[in-house]
Amino acid sequence: MNNSEALLEIKNLHVKYGHVEALHGINLRVGEGEIVTILGANGAGKSTTLNAISGLLKITDGGILYRGDALHKMTADKIVQGGITQAPEGRRVFGTLTVRENLRLGAFTIADAARVSDSLDWIYRLFPRLKERSEQLAGTLSGGEQQMLAIGRALMASPKILLLDEPSLGLAPLLVKAIFETIKEINKSGVTVVLVEQNARVALKLAHRGYVMEVGNIALEDSASALLANPDVQQAYLGGKK
Amino acid sequence: MEFFFQQLTNGLAVGGIYALIALGYTMVYGVLKLINFAHGDLFTMGAYLGLTVLASLGLHQHLGAFGGVVVLALMIMGLVGVVGILLDRAAYKPLRESPRLSAVVSALGASIFFQNALMLVYGARYQYYPKDILPKTVINILGMPVPLMRILILAVSILMMAGLQFFIQKTKTGTAIRAAAIDQAAARLMGINVDRVIMLVFFIGPALGGAAGLMVGLYYGQINFTMGWVYGLKAFTAAIMGGIGNIPGAMLGGILLGLIEAFGAAYISLAWKDAIAFLVLIVILIVRPTGLLGERVASKV
Ligand SMILES: Nc1ncnc2c1ncn2[C@@H]1O[C@H](COP(=O)(O)OP(=O)(O)O)[C@@H](O)[C@H]1O
Ligand SMILES: [Mg+2]
Repeated sequence: MNNSEALLEIKNLHVKYGHVEALHGINLRVGEGEIVTILGANGAGKSTTLNAISGLLKITDGGILYRGDALHKMTADKIVQGGITQAPEGRRVFGTLTVRENLRLGAFTIADAARVSDSLDWIYRLFPRLKERSEQLAGTLSGGEQQMLAIGRALMASPKILLLDEPSLGLAPLLVKAIFETIKEINKSGVTVVLVEQNARVALKLAHRGYVMEVGNIALEDSASALLANPDVQQAYLGGKK
Repeated sequence: MEFFFQQLTNGLAVGGIYALIALGYTMVYGVLKLINFAHGDLFTMGAYLGLTVLASLGLHQHLGAFGGVVVLALMIMGLVGVVGILLDRAAYKPLRESPRLSAVVSALGASIFFQNALMLVYGARYQYYPKDILPKTVINILGMPVPLMRILILAVSILMMAGLQFFIQKTKTGTAIRAAAIDQAAARLMGINVDRVIMLVFFIGPALGGAAGLMVGLYYGQINFTMGWVYGLKAFTAAIMGGIGNIPGAMLGGILLGLIEAFGAAYISLAWKDAIAFLVLIVILIVRPTGLLGERVASKV
């Protein structure tokens, strides 16, 4: 992938929580139409990276460029407007709001009612379960349904880039498979995907390229197939050779 | 029967006023988990500004009694709402990332500031609303006399509460306020400008509180710079009773507290009126620690 193709480019990114630095200058690029996965153990800094992209965290050094614009100078709402949305770790659905209200909030930045209802139709086609439960409170959904809702909600704004933080967390293998199928479908429809996962095997099978993070640094960067074949990766993240 | 009816209508009117003030506490708490201790003083400010505007503009002479009061109320709500936003900017916004106790101290400081400012501007003595603003009509309901004023107070507070409820439940902005109250970070990820939500809440709450201050001025005719303390405390109690952070809870708590006070004073003892109100609060909190409507649905999974 060469320079001109980068839709999102992270350069020497540093982020601190209080006085403790969580990202020590990472570099990462995402090309248009790609699925890029970020792997790494708990605490490596994956969520911190996504939250810095989404504008929830202030960066202390470096920069994040989106189509050449300085994303790190924009507020979270402008970043959503610009076309980058996130389904955060732990789903974070609005539990006391209905499924439909959650989805409509995903389209908060979109004024055009026709566009919103088109998006809603699209989400209901992707996740028919959500349609059945549209009037139910989100907090009463099962874990898998909440994950569908979190992803659907993030898609409501028709993003260019979708950030997914551990969508497989706590889900049964069959559901994980279904969710990943849907992610593939979303990507095919033209959405660039950044996928943070601890479930490295599934993520690498889906992704085009991957990064491996270790304690606030990027340790490895390669195509997904090369990472799957890499003995170090197999040892550390794929539970040994298979 | 008539005695009972008088207590009922009086309790409802006073309860409506408590409810309007309680909404300000509960909305700010809902979004920021902060008790705005200066809220009672914004209520007082509404009462004083109402008096000033009445005296200086003579709205009711130009617009008639009811038109005048409506315009007056809208003006006061706008003014006190803006003061609410300024209060947040000056006293709370700089402390958003600080420990919660800092904001509490700042709130108490703001309360003292407002009280003293009002005293310096208007003096420490009671001030009186003109007596002839609204007609002193008494109307008959089921053969029992009720002051029109009382009905108006109740009707207006119900109207405002219904309007607020519609706004919060049915509009896009209202849903954004609810979302920000549930999870600010997630709300930001939806593209909601949470700073703007906070600003809006600091407008609406004080606007309703200011309207309540104006109503008290019109209803009782006399106001004092310390009156926000008692009303604020009562409304805060009402908000806790209903479940702090819960908007229908604040409405229910306010009305309930007004009724408890009216009937407590009438049938038990006038002197024990406040004690009875707090006793009921304690009993409610023992039975339902989250208040009457607090946390009805499990929101965390
Ligand atoms: N809100 C926070 N406050 C302080 N430290 C945090 C916070 N969130 C994450 N961290 C720290 O930052 C580091 C990276 O965390 P995170 O990005 O959540 O890792 P990952 O998503 O890869 O599991 C960890 O050391 C974690 O303890
Ligand atoms: Mg994480």
